[in-house]
Amino acid sequence: MSPIQIQKPSVLHRHKDFTVLRRSGLGLFLLGMLVLIGSLGMSDYRITNASLQASEGKISTERIQLLQPLVGQHYTSKFAALEAIEANLRNDAAINDYELGVAKFWLLKNAATGVLRGNTVLLFLLSIVLATIGGLLYILPQSREGLPGIKNNGIWFNSTMARGLIGILLGGLLIAFYIFLYWYPYYIVNLIILADPMSEFIRNLPADQWFFYGLLYTLTIIVMGVRMFVKYRHSRYHLVRTASVIFFQFGFAFMIPSLLERMNCPSMDFKNAWPLNYSFFMDWNLNTLLSSGNLGVFMLVWGIVLALVVVPVMTYFYGKRWYCSWVCGCGGLAETLGDPFRQLSDKSLKAWRIERIMIHSVLVFAVVMTTMQIVNFVSNGSLFGNYTWRVNQWYSFFVGAAFAGVVGTGFYPLMGNRVWCRFGCPLAAILGIVQKFKSRFRITTNGGQCISCGNCSTYCEMGIDVRWYAQRGQNIIRASCVGCGVCAAVCPRGVLALENGPEEGRYREVENEL
Amino acid sequence: MSKHLVIIGNGIAGVTTARHVRNRDSEMKVTIISKESGHFFSRPALMYIFMGHMRYQDTKPYEDWFWAKNRIDLINATVQKIDADHKSLLLEDGKTVRYDTLVVATGSKSNTFGWPGQDLPGVQGLYSLQDVELLEANAKNAGRAVIVGGGLIGIELAEMLLSRNIAITILIREDAYWNNILPSDEAELVGRHIEEHGIDLRRATNLKEILAGEDGRVRAVMTEDGEEIPCQIVGLTPGVHPNIDLVQNSGIETNHGVLVNEYLETNLPDVYAAGDCVEIKAAMEGERSRFEQLWYTGKMHGEVLAKTITGERTKYERGIWYNSAKFLDIEYQTYGFVSHQPRPGETSLYWEHPEGRHCARIVYKTDSHEVVGFSFFGIRYRHRVCERWLREKRTVEYVLENLGEGNFDPEFFKQYESEIVSKFNLQNPGANLKLKRRKGLFRRLFA
Repeated sequence: MSPIQIQKPSVLHRHKDFTVLRRSGLGLFLLGMLVLIGSLGMSDYRITNASLQASEGKISTERIQLLQPLVGQHYTSKFAALEAIEANLRNDAAINDYELGVAKFWLLKNAATGVLRGNTVLLFLLSIVLATIGGLLYILPQSREGLPGIKNNGIWFNSTMARGLIGILLGGLLIAFYIFLYWYPYYIVNLIILADPMSEFIRNLPADQWFFYGLLYTLTIIVMGVRMFVKYRHSRYHLVRTASVIFFQFGFAFMIPSLLERMNCPSMDFKNAWPLNYSFFMDWNLNTLLSSGNLGVFMLVWGIVLALVVVPVMTYFYGKRWYCSWVCGCGGLAETLGDPFRQLSDKSLKAWRIERIMIHSVLVFAVVMTTMQIVNFVSNGSLFGNYTWRVNQWYSFFVGAAFAGVVGTGFYPLMGNRVWCRFGCPLAAILGIVQKFKSRFRITTNGGQCISCGNCSTYCEMGIDVRWYAQRGQNIIRASCVGCGVCAAVCPRGVLALENGPEEGRYREVENEL
Repeated sequence: MSKHLVIIGNGIAGVTTARHVRNRDSEMKVTIISKESGHFFSRPALMYIFMGHMRYQDTKPYEDWFWAKNRIDLINATVQKIDADHKSLLLEDGKTVRYDTLVVATGSKSNTFGWPGQDLPGVQGLYSLQDVELLEANAKNAGRAVIVGGGLIGIELAEMLLSRNIAITILIREDAYWNNILPSDEAELVGRHIEEHGIDLRRATNLKEILAGEDGRVRAVMTEDGEEIPCQIVGLTPGVHPNIDLVQNSGIETNHGVLVNEYLETNLPDVYAAGDCVEIKAAMEGERSRFEQLWYTGKMHGEVLAKTITGERTKYERGIWYNSAKFLDIEYQTYGFVSHQPRPGETSLYWEHPEGRHCARIVYKTDSHEVVGFSFFGIRYRHRVCERWLREKRTVEYVLENLGEGNFDPEFFKQYESEIVSKFNLQNPGANLKLKRRKGLFRRLFA
């Protein structure tokens, strides 16, 4: 008897197979990234009278004069150029490290010449645009492969997503990028030059590192937002939520501030609430706003109303999610770029203890700093004087840059996508306190259907042990919950639902009947 | 000296007993013995380990320090013999453990029906952690798997193998998937979904024998129709039966399972049983004894038993039936009783979405219109609301008008309640029901 061949094709053949297209997309993405990194070596540096003049407005005329001896010099290495620039600037004994950094950045950027300067648009297309297209080609076909539904297959076998070698390398790359961005931007002027045409087009200004970063950040949220649209195409909560974070990033964090700058107005991200926006009450910002007419006053009033009225009221009605996973920029990146890493958050009780100590310490730090800023502003510097400035410096360094940036994003592939939001963000701490004590939000548990499988806990980016509550039939009300909705989505038994409802009985052991 | 409670088996029934005993009695010495795993894990989550959704440690509902902190001793060993006369257990390493109270919670074993070749390498069931490890080995270089038996474990095994791109054939005895439990509309809906995933679902097909290749491993299966299906894995998933190997010849009374009364007491004093392994004797003449092999019944057994063991003798009452499962991408919930075949005196309202991945059934008494059961596919419903409707013996009209109250889908999801109500109106000329309660964002906002 001869074996009968099975005619029925397998799943691989039944559904469309876009492997080739997806691999090409990945190839284009990597090529774009390679060009981006390669651009770092695509300039040489010629200091001319014109290049010095271009830095006026960023550096004082007197200091530009210090560079006169370098006019006509040509450097093939940025390190040699920076060394010469620094040596000359040091002739002004009064220059501090911050000013030195700004000066080095603009002087070097304006001195750059060569392949990159000659082909900026082309290289922008070949790097950032190519990577974007490649990313989309990799992501989009997945919507035609297989059926809609939660597909977390192979996540814990994947080197990138399960803290394997690629994950660790990726983390290292992100950390290095942030270190350069915050503290040594003059080493990456070539990256910033790539963003010049876009910056000139939108803002009518040359790109600085923050424009470059904002552009990259927004593009990342859009591309990885498309990935969310594909992955969660069966879940309308996630579609709407992802559309929201893209909208707020593109409109509020990127376009509006850029257009304000174009119009020579004070720039503001209208959704960035104090104390996440820790520079709002700094004297330079208050002075800028107060000297900018009606718009400035409006910004000042809005910033205060946002922090004191909008944040608590919205959190009362919807929980912290209205901000953290619908509006916030940090949350926006975490919910898009960070989604593949959500399972890496630590779920232990120990981590929860550390989290509470850390996040509330940062909140205290932020409140103390802001109090000093305001007192100093009102008293015209007579009360705390220079201390305010120093506290600002510490906060900016340790919290604003090191924690929110380097650790916040660089640690995505190492400790999950919400390290900053969970352990550091002072605004999240305030939202969390409201959510815990005065809010209509809760995650409801559906009776006895829980099978303790642990998908909810595993995929909680905030490291909440959701299962602990679900298996007891208890509502989940935790200060840290950002309402991403993924626990409810991954639950195979329909046990969890994010809900707003009457406050009364929110904490009942047995679930609410809403 | 405090009494010593020993529990054999660290599944949901044994562990729930231990936890609740500890809650109620801080003195009693509590020991759990299991060979399968060092710590309690969620058995229904085993599939997700194989699929890469979770690691083994993620399936453990309690962190490892939990047991020592709550003074629940764990012994990772096989019990070889129960010596009920001397209240002692003999472990595999020759040690003995004395008990004052014993709970047998040994779970179940996969059914096999004496098929030729069922012991070949490459043939396996799916129940334990060890089965998943075995599947990992068997899945290497496998191109096709044949799964025999189309119940809940069969579909889980199919989903697992699908995640590794292994082609799958499922053989089911019935004419439609799980048709001995699901009414045919639902059985066909699930069957179509299974095929939508590229799975080869063979209805009304029985296994005859499993054939070995030259290497001694499984090479193919032969159906009763004489068809030979080449494969490298055979999954045998025609259900489970109580694991009573240890209990036999110990003096503890057994039938198919460990025989217990409604208090989960065995025939021997101070010896109880809970979970999958029990067979609950009929309370009344003419009734049949019961097997309850669900996660939540195991949990309920444990909760009730803990009361009895700590001095508050409590009867086990399951309450209104419910269950849930997931068939690939389609979630399933049921409350009350939905029979797979229409029963006399009952009418059922069945609504199905044209796309074929959502449906709902409400079964009610033809004369009084009292609702007796619900089942939902692809829509989540609230356990407590459905249970309340059943307990209060609400009519189908009342339930339909208030259907939105029971919806448990996430926000922004499409709601089908008005379509379900329309279906009823269409089927019942003269009926003009209106959905009074929608689950709405704005209602929530200002409620």
